[in-house]
Amino acid sequence: MASTQSPDTLSHPQPGSGHDEPKHTGIWKRPLKPDGLVGWLTTVDHKKIGIAYAIAALFFFLIGGVEALLIRVQLFRPEQELISAELYNRLFTMHGTTMIFLAVMPLSTAFFNYIMPLQIGARDVAFPRLNALGLWTFILGGILVNLSWIFPGSAPGIGWFGYAPLTGREFSPDIGTDFWVLGLQILGIASLVGSFNFITTILNMRAPGLSMMRLPLFTWMTLITSFLIILAFPAITIALVELMFDRHFGTMFFDVLGGGKPILWQHLFWVFGHPEVYILILPAMGIISEVLPVFSRKPLFGYPLVVFSGAVIGFLGFAVWSHHMFTTGLGVVATSAFAFLTMLISIPTGVKIFNWIGTMWGGRITFTTPMLFAVGFIWMFMIGGFTGIMHSSPPVDSQQQDTYFVVAHFHYVLIGGSIFALFAGLYYWFPKVSGRMLNETWGKLVFYTMFVGFNMAFFPMHILGMTGMPRRTHTYQTELGLNGPNMWSTIGAFLLGFGVLLFIVQLIYSAKKGKPAGRDPWDARTLEWVTDSPPKFYNFAYTPVVHARDQFFESKHGQAERKMEKLAPDAHGIHMPDQSWWPLILGFGLFIAAFGMVLLGQPREAFPLIGGLLPEGEFSIWNVCVPGLALTLFAAYGWAYEGPGGYHVHPTPAEVQDDEIGTVLQPGSDPQVDHGPSSQQQP
Amino acid sequence: MSHSTTADPLEELKQTNTGIENKKLAMWAFLASDCMFFGTLISTHLIYRRVYADVVDPTQIFDIELTGISSFVLLASSFSMALAVSSAHKGNMLLTRLALSATIFGGLVFLGGQVYEFSHFVHEKGLTLDGNIFGSSFYLLTGTHGTHVAIGVLWLISHLVHTFTPGHGRQNALDIESTGLYWHFVDIVWIVIFTAVYLVEYLHF
Repeated sequence: MASTQSPDTLSHPQPGSGHDEPKHTGIWKRPLKPDGLVGWLTTVDHKKIGIAYAIAALFFFLIGGVEALLIRVQLFRPEQELISAELYNRLFTMHGTTMIFLAVMPLSTAFFNYIMPLQIGARDVAFPRLNALGLWTFILGGILVNLSWIFPGSAPGIGWFGYAPLTGREFSPDIGTDFWVLGLQILGIASLVGSFNFITTILNMRAPGLSMMRLPLFTWMTLITSFLIILAFPAITIALVELMFDRHFGTMFFDVLGGGKPILWQHLFWVFGHPEVYILILPAMGIISEVLPVFSRKPLFGYPLVVFSGAVIGFLGFAVWSHHMFTTGLGVVATSAFAFLTMLISIPTGVKIFNWIGTMWGGRITFTTPMLFAVGFIWMFMIGGFTGIMHSSPPVDSQQQDTYFVVAHFHYVLIGGSIFALFAGLYYWFPKVSGRMLNETWGKLVFYTMFVGFNMAFFPMHILGMTGMPRRTHTYQTELGLNGPNMWSTIGAFLLGFGVLLFIVQLIYSAKKGKPAGRDPWDARTLEWVTDSPPKFYNFAYTPVVHARDQFFESKHGQAERKMEKLAPDAHGIHMPDQSWWPLILGFGLFIAAFGMVLLGQPREAFPLIGGLLPEGEFSIWNVCVPGLALTLFAAYGWAYEGPGGYHVHPTPAEVQDDEIGTVLQPGSDPQVDHGPSSQQQP
Repeated sequence: MSHSTTADPLEELKQTNTGIENKKLAMWAFLASDCMFFGTLISTHLIYRRVYADVVDPTQIFDIELTGISSFVLLASSFSMALAVSSAHKGNMLLTRLALSATIFGGLVFLGGQVYEFSHFVHEKGLTLDGNIFGSSFYLLTGTHGTHVAIGVLWLISHLVHTFTPGHGRQNALDIESTGLYWHFVDIVWIVIFTAVYLVEYLHF
């Protein structure tokens, strides 16, 4: 908040000031302290929540990266025994689980949280406390999954898709699998509440004139991803509940001897799992569609096509899950149908790629670090896409099933795709979030290190896979001819890891010492760049009134009649939500309940810290689980009876003034907006 | 978004891009998601119901008259729920309380029926959660629905208590309406479950 140049400091708005009347309907008063530890733990500000999501996701990203490097160390040379087969299983299970659920998804969510409300000109999301609940359940769920490492029985060794019957009590007796089952359920809650919130926010809280076909592409992809999450996560949640019942209460959902069908797990998992692939890539595509136009200085080529192809990808994503299961013998008709639908998905994906190339074509391209990552994304994602099309053919797939060719494919899509795009987003939006620039020379060093390291690590895996190296085996024999590519792959992996390390150093350094960014360092196009860097806690001092797609660019460089307008707040000021303890408490309630389910039936003496207070015996449902549920219910009532709260902020007159980007509309005036399609502006 | 141009607090909540209140839109999104939860559970049951068709004969276990009556009561409670929403919007607190109480009563009758049914099946008919796969999927599916009804009843009781607190009034109608959406959804799902789990077992072809 350092960038306000107003001399009128007396009336400078502060969070928590301007409370109309201390309303106190709940169990205790709402916390008012805006900063410090209390400020972070009780925050409902979408920007703080976004930053917290990003920090936690990057932390888990490093943990998952260390696990990956340990795997690569073991595979560096043939017939090594640095890591036992058992530990190797745990490492690749936790690596996959961590990277997908705790690194890529929450990093996307960090951008949803921080950027999306700014892009639509809103002051916050529709349900700020629910947003905080999403954050805390994500962090606590991530901790729960990773806690398995320190408990007897260690982490699960079941693979990130946890195929039955390996996950049954008979084959995985340890509680590592229970941590995985319960942790993923908690993470599911985090994703679901976040998505309900984003859907409501995008559909309901757009600035006047910001019609759906003027929405920035990143906001569009947030909306589509949120719909995918709310429709896909129930399948895995129920599958996990069924597995939990199998492990704890003797049901037979996946127990062959009792008539259960392990293949049901595969269907339920991939009904979730394939939309999940698009949950991981669509936000990345949204970021790319923001970065390319800015650094090509051209509007996005074929905007409606990029939007609709995103929606088609999301829709078709629900109809292709069985291509993960071609080798299970689905029958000719089902296999052909799923192969056909899978090939169909390459059409909207190709449409997007051609539109991105069309955006750059004839543009004035500047190769800044975000642009390099974006261009790298297109190239690397295409390689992953090509191998994906190969997999869509069942005969080819049956050769490649469970080989390193598949590992190469999804790492090209997930690192070369998602991670590169998320890094493009981090470099692109860091100046907005921190108010400081990331050094370009360092940035380019990070990009080229990661790019070379990534390709060196994963390209050889194509060859390994075609040579026949199976995935998920902890070593290979010397005479199989797999030595060279494995060695190069390990060297590349360490180079990639070094690149990430350089990035973390740069991030921490620049957050403190980077040179000031100003509000619009890239000459960007969308509304988030209109406001200060970092934005004030109320985002905009006025309500932006939008008259064109890419409104900010239009205001700066377009025709005078298409400039934006600034609807000044009325006498009430700007309404802001109050902070709250309840999201954190409710999250803890769920965490304790889930932990209680993990411990259920375990001998108490094995867990002296928790079981030491109780007489010897086994943990029952009443010991930990039910108290956790009680705390959850208590927090839900505390939350409900806290009342809506809120206070009003009065921006200084200096913040609401006519300037070169727009004129002020007096409060109460009805903004005249046309909702017609936006014509293309002149670059 | 923009501040009120009308004095009516309920109309003010509708001043969104879609004209639908935030709370209601979020509830619709939740119900879309809940459809998938029940869809997964119902699919599981349909896959597993005839694995041991020669061992388990559901028509010998079910008490279709009792379940039919409690289903009727649950579905009828949708009427009193609609009445509660309508009278809350009109600010008629007395009728709201009566209608909420009737809905709670309907939910409790259904839950009582389910508790009786479960204990009857376990103790008299020997259908248990861990005894065979039909029991596993039957109890998980109907139990999840029962949990939904129980949460709904708790929620309705909270509304009923809330109507007696100072400051409660017509402006709280949207909260009751959101609960109403949930309640109707739980009823509609029961129509599907009652058909797919109970009635279908009496078909012989």
